[in-house]
Amino acid sequence: MDNYMKLEIPSKSQNESFARVAVAAFAAQADPTIDEITDVKTAVSEAVTNAIIHGYENGPGIIAITASLTGRTLEIIVVDYGVGITDIEQARQPLYTSKPELDRSGMGFTIMESFMDQCRVVSKAGEGTTVSMSKVFGDIDNKMS
Amino acid sequence: MEVKLKLAGDTLVVRLRGELDHHAVNGLRSKIDTKLPQVKNILFNFNEVGFMDSSGLGLVLGRYKIVSEKGGKVVACSLSPGVNRVFELSGLQSKIPLYSTEREALNSV
Ligand SMILES: Nc1ncnc2c1ncn2[C@@H]1O[C@H](COP(=O)(O)OP(=O)(O)OP(=O)(O)O)[C@@H](O)[C@H]1O
Ligand SMILES: [Mg+2]
Repeated sequence: MDNYMKLEIPSKSQNESFARVAVAAFAAQADPTIDEITDVKTAVSEAVTNAIIHGYENGPGIIAITASLTGRTLEIIVVDYGVGITDIEQARQPLYTSKPELDRSGMGFTIMESFMDQCRVVSKAGEGTTVSMSKVFGDIDNKMS
Repeated sequence: MEVKLKLAGDTLVVRLRGELDHHAVNGLRSKIDTKLPQVKNILFNFNEVGFMDSSGLGLVLGRYKIVSEKGGKVVACSLSPGVNRVFELSGLQSKIPLYSTEREALNSV
């Protein structure tokens, strides 16, 4: 690992933009394209919003965000200590949402999976959720899509 | 996030400006919804939206559920490439037709 950052924020919706801009600013040192930065911002926004809405059910809590760079590989880890996910496979299905009444579209995990190269979810009911995502900047495969 | 609401016949034109995330949608939803009893259709103009995540999709989809029950339409226009990618991934274009200009979108409803 060449460099890293850690950020801890309370579960408040006004921190969503701060979180994604902070990670994007950190990632800028690896010289990503504008499209790559948009991908990163969107993925961070999804993970942090999920922690706020689902993890802490719009109540108080702490969200920890770590970003690290190894060469041109960015890794992002978003952790909450909220309700957790019982069925991760179901949660990751496109269009699946446990909160349709809150105007959710069920696209968060699908966006994280397609905008990043990798997305792993570890969660335990009652203990919380960890979402780890990575993306290689300048990857030929990314440019083709 | 700023929003300008305008009536064009029986269509509510919603001109959004800024970053459309969960926080922005929370401050926006009721402003739009109070106008819905007066209109049939909704047009979302994304011309000045620099960022959108799934919360923006949820806003549009939620309004679609409300107006489509009364036979109304939802259309959208002027999506940036980034906003368009999020839309495409969701498949929402099958319900919400996308246009390049507000005029084209308005003509379609
Ligand atoms: N941090 C989390 N803690 C607890 N449950 C979660 C968490 N993240 C996601 N989930 C569960 O996984 C489901 C799917 O998440 P996803 O982000 O794909 O969709 P959504 O948040 O419901 O809708 P959208 O992201 O489109 O607004 C959620 O509805 C929720 O039940
Ligand atoms: Mg989500």
